[in-house]
Amino acid sequence: MHELSIAMSIVELAEEELALRSGAAIQAVHLKLGRLSGVSREALQSCFAMACSDSPLAGSRLIIEEIPVTIHCSNCVETRRLDSIQFFCCPVCGLAASDIVSGKELEVVALEILE
Amino acid sequence: MSAAPRLVEVRKNVLKQNDIVARALRERFRKAGVYVISMVSAPGTGKTALLERTLILLQLQFRVAALVGDLATDNDAKRLARSMAPVRQITTGTICHLEAAMVEKALEGWDLSTLDFLFVENVGNLVCPSSYDLGEDLRLVLLSVTEGEDKPLKYPTIFNSADVAVITKMDLAAATEFDAELADRNIQAVRPGMQIFHVSSKTGAGMEAFVGYLNSRLTMQRSTRIGTISS
Repeated sequence: MHELSIAMSIVELAEEELALRSGAAIQAVHLKLGRLSGVSREALQSCFAMACSDSPLAGSRLIIEEIPVTIHCSNCVETRRLDSIQFFCCPVCGLAASDIVSGKELEVVALEILE
Repeated sequence: MSAAPRLVEVRKNVLKQNDIVARALRERFRKAGVYVISMVSAPGTGKTALLERTLILLQLQFRVAALVGDLATDNDAKRLARSMAPVRQITTGTICHLEAAMVEKALEGWDLSTLDFLFVENVGNLVCPSSYDLGEDLRLVLLSVTEGEDKPLKYPTIFNSADVAVITKMDLAAATEFDAELADRNIQAVRPGMQIFHVSSKTGAGMEAFVGYLNSRLTMQRSTRIGTISS
């Protein structure tokens, strides 16, 4: 369970960004979360509320965009989306694929700042 | 009246602080010429037993050392000290994984250029360590025969984040009716092409191949390093 420390890092990062820009508070944090990031979406949501208290983020929302795992298939020469993270093979031709294109993201993409 | 919020683009990795420290560590390891191997597994898989056996074997030829992470106790460090290799304990308290800064702190005052291999044993946990780069050259994921062949399918993220898999306690394979082929297949499903070793730290079976592999990785890294420096 490392979601609380991840949530605290998100709050810290958002506070740093707020300090760089004019603004009074943060209303929402937009996050990209890959399915292979090793972070649970549900656990992160509940930890975020905790991590926000007593900060300019208190009461703010964490808006999570889940990023699916995509691989590059060397046989099809295409990027393909995997439905399962248990079988790393091309869903079209079936070739084993270890070349991961996306799915490891853990990235703050935007903030909603109140003046 | 309340104004609408302003949407500001940020695009920053949440673990950037860890990644910065990990990158600096990796650079430091390369300069010192030390090959760094981290180990992750569930609690009780046999990380310390494998490490003890590996340190003893590698010491015949190389200068080796280890950092071992645990929530509490320094039992593992004491046990590993029997190998006579330098060992430092990282006690993480309530934290369930190692972070790059903990490795950096544990290495304070240590001249890494006196080493060939440095091992970093993570806290026993198959979930949390996957997100944290420790600056290592090679990440080993361990699975013991008593845990079942489907462990890779249950914890695909950590297997996917690792470079090499080691199946431990092979001396118990018959007693537990462990299907090694099925386990290998499951590992390949979550991480195609992954190299797998089957070992018993108790009997020493499979250790020669495993240690030989580590040896070849060190040789390979040093040859590319010399190449980089001379070019």
